[in-house]
Amino acid sequence: MSIYLPIAELSVNIFVILGMGAAVGFLSGMFGVGGGFLITPLLIFYHIPPVVAVATGASQVVASSVSGTLTHFRRGTLDMKLGTVLLTGGLVGATIGVWLFSLLRELGQLDLVISILYVVLLSSIGALMLVESIRAIRRSASQKPVSFRKPGQHNWIHRLPFKMRFKKSKLYLSVIPVFLLGGTIGVLTSSLGIGGGFIMVPAMIYLLRIPTNIVVGTSLFQIIFVSAYTTVVQAVTNYAVDIVLATILMLSSVIGAQYGVRVGQKLKGEQLRALLALLILAVGVRLAIGLVATPTDLFSVVFEGAPE
Amino acid sequence: MMKKLLALLAFITAPAFALAQEQAPVAQQETLEIGTSTNEIAITSDFSGADLTVFGAINDADPMLLSKGGYDIVVVLEGPKAEADVRRKERVFGIWINRQTISFEHVPRSYSISSTRPLEDVTSPQALNSGGIGVTHLRISPVGYFGDASDVATFREAMLRLNAADGLYDAEDDGVKFVSNSLFRASLRLPVNIPQGTHTVQAYLFKEGRQIATQNLPLNVVKTGLEAQLTTAAHEYPLFYGLGAVFIALFSGWFASVAFRKN
Repeated sequence: MSIYLPIAELSVNIFVILGMGAAVGFLSGMFGVGGGFLITPLLIFYHIPPVVAVATGASQVVASSVSGTLTHFRRGTLDMKLGTVLLTGGLVGATIGVWLFSLLRELGQLDLVISILYVVLLSSIGALMLVESIRAIRRSASQKPVSFRKPGQHNWIHRLPFKMRFKKSKLYLSVIPVFLLGGTIGVLTSSLGIGGGFIMVPAMIYLLRIPTNIVVGTSLFQIIFVSAYTTVVQAVTNYAVDIVLATILMLSSVIGAQYGVRVGQKLKGEQLRALLALLILAVGVRLAIGLVATPTDLFSVVFEGAPE
Repeated sequence: MMKKLLALLAFITAPAFALAQEQAPVAQQETLEIGTSTNEIAITSDFSGADLTVFGAINDADPMLLSKGGYDIVVVLEGPKAEADVRRKERVFGIWINRQTISFEHVPRSYSISSTRPLEDVTSPQALNSGGIGVTHLRISPVGYFGDASDVATFREAMLRLNAADGLYDAEDDGVKFVSNSLFRASLRLPVNIPQGTHTVQAYLFKEGRQIATQNLPLNVVKTGLEAQLTTAAHEYPLFYGLGAVFIALFSGWFASVAFRKN
């Protein structure tokens, strides 16, 4: 059964979109990630214009972050003050991101930049995760005790000025790195349609030394607001949010996620991370092939006012 | 529909017969009349392309010439015009990048042409060029480009080729048929991806290679249904549209977490 997407201006098979949403939702539930970094490339592979894929991907991130955010709100496992600084950075970053997005679209280089950013991001994060999880699997196989890094040590980040006290995180930290981290994620959210949790969480733990129990809640707080903001700004500036596509994706992914969570609970953490790393690498490689393979047609035509 | 067509046929043939009987010895100037069964085409969400039939008649035709096939009819359905950016990719450090762009203005977003014979048999390339008749003869000029002229030709050709591949540009060199002496019927292809807006049906009458009459009719293409309303909303109330998308996201996320908690 085919359905017409009014903003993407093409007909798609509704079952393909439903399947895509359910699969990404399942994986995002299983691995505890938003899934934006999977949905956007998948949509591009399915010939949805990248502009629409990115803008619609952001709205999907909102849907998949709701239940996690609510849970952390209820349990109080988030630092509102830290989250607000991150969010402020995120909103500034998202605004810059949308502006860059429109500029690149004008120049005809948007598809290229989206692909390159995805390749760089997915291959580096995927490789890091894979190495880390393989080490963890070996460690647990040889039954050596796991040694955590000591969070007490100070690095250069902790010597920056404009310090602020974050009671919940038990930290006295400069707002500069927090704001910059939020801003970077904001740029990525609005230009790539991802939540950015898989970058933000490690950065918060290893760079800012934020206690692990509040990291996820605080990052979700930033992600849900920044991706909601991105959705609205993309709708206003690029008219690129396809509500039909978004609705089908969201409904199938939130249901898929509920089943993913159950499967995820049965698997070991490091195995899960190794699988996720392989998945991320696979998507990155597929996009990289698209960049270097000779296109079937060197020319492309874009009419003013049509989606690319 | 059939009734309408019959009425139209009667309407356009009546004066032709009346005038044919008079047959004044005065040098006659042929005129052209055309009609379509509708002046508006509604595109629903399950639209998969269609054919548009245009009926027409040549008034004051010379019967001798008609029987010899001295008259030719060309009918064009042209979509709204827009500026088009044509880009060419080049390999830079192993990656394919859009390197060169040439913009063309007044490019019809769709173009379907039908004729009694192949266009090159109807008239001279010069005449086709000056009238902008035929896909390869369209009057399209580059904007703000002062580079190599051969590039312009290459880019123009690529654009026409891509639009044809998309089904937007179409040519049927035997799509116009005479149904009686001076009555003709032309069929034009409406592609799946036909753009919204005011299209023009333009008919040309050629007499032994000379264009002697032309006639046009507007044709409105409007998208209908929920999808069309959404498109309108996205462009006219983008803020509400964006907030609506966020609301759906929040609701579906919340709904799933509530619905599955009970299990």
